[in-house]
Amino acid sequence: MKIFVNGKNTDFSGSFTVSELLAEQNVKMPEMVSVELNGQILRRSEFEKTALKDGDKVEFLYFMGGGNGIN
Amino acid sequence: MGLTEEQIERYSRHIILEQIGGTGQEKLLSSKVLIVGAGGLGAPAALYLAAAGVGTIGIIDADKVDLTNLQRQVIHHTKDIGTDKVASAAEKIKAINPDVEVKTYKCWAKADNIRDIIRGYDFVIDGTDNFPAKFLVNDACYFEKTPFSHAGILKFDGQLMTILPGKTACYRCIFNSPPPAGAVPSCSQAGVLGVLAGVIGSLQATEAVKFLLGIGNLLTDTLLTYNALKMEFRRIHLSRNPDCPICGQNPQITKLKDEQQIVCDLRKPK
Repeated sequence: MKIFVNGKNTDFSGSFTVSELLAEQNVKMPEMVSVELNGQILRRSEFEKTALKDGDKVEFLYFMGGGNGIN
Repeated sequence: MGLTEEQIERYSRHIILEQIGGTGQEKLLSSKVLIVGAGGLGAPAALYLAAAGVGTIGIIDADKVDLTNLQRQVIHHTKDIGTDKVASAAEKIKAINPDVEVKTYKCWAKADNIRDIIRGYDFVIDGTDNFPAKFLVNDACYFEKTPFSHAGILKFDGQLMTILPGKTACYRCIFNSPPPAGAVPSCSQAGVLGVLAGVIGSLQATEAVKFLLGIGNLLTDTLLTYNALKMEFRRIHLSRNPDCPICGQNPQITKLKDEQQIVCDLRKPK
């Protein structure tokens, strides 16, 4: 199936939940990421339950601190 | 109000723009922008807003200038090390443009002072450097219904979005609450390309000017991300989140509170 991950059309075989996609995409700190699925922010509690479908658009949105760059 | 001869000359490159003109420049001169944090993001924003003739610029920061700031906080100079950031910033703003009235707040933005400070400003620039402060700015602007520009930077990445509270997606629509302490990148992983702050802070100033003039399309319901290494910008469309704890359907946050500060300090222990 094809999933758009951060705007890139990516091919996957088998089924994936959002949690598994985060792991597959090597997101080391999922706590620092919000996930938008097809334009809606997904509740964190839904990451493990939500199976991705062909054509889904997933955006990882990262927490980013500020000017002093250390927090 | 009317512009003086000198102002017509100073702002001539604005005034000849069809979208600004003399009327737009007068609007800027009667506008008030608050910059929270005179650091990496706040520095370029303050310099450009001063040059643009934004009539009143407020700056909140309790910190003093130190040597590690100078790699990116371009409003502070080597001679300013050890002085209050608000004083250093105010001096540069006045030097660029004596038309600007500078209001300085030498304090940290906290739940018990920020709403009073924000009140009366037309637009806020979030130039803070930590998550609790970013949530505080979001929440305070929500309660005061003051539009603001949110931004964050880390390493070679930056992002920003403009928020019209109650009308467009807010920071908490995307990020419900600050990340857990253990998840914040460790000191050794952190760092930031100096010029990145200049890029993102200047974009925030652009949004402020557009908002004040009422021109163009604001970066609302959109997160603009930038990666300096790939030289790549991306727009991520967002919408208001019905689950948002402050602007959603069943808000849990009904008054301002301070989120817990997560401390990560690169400086050597004194």
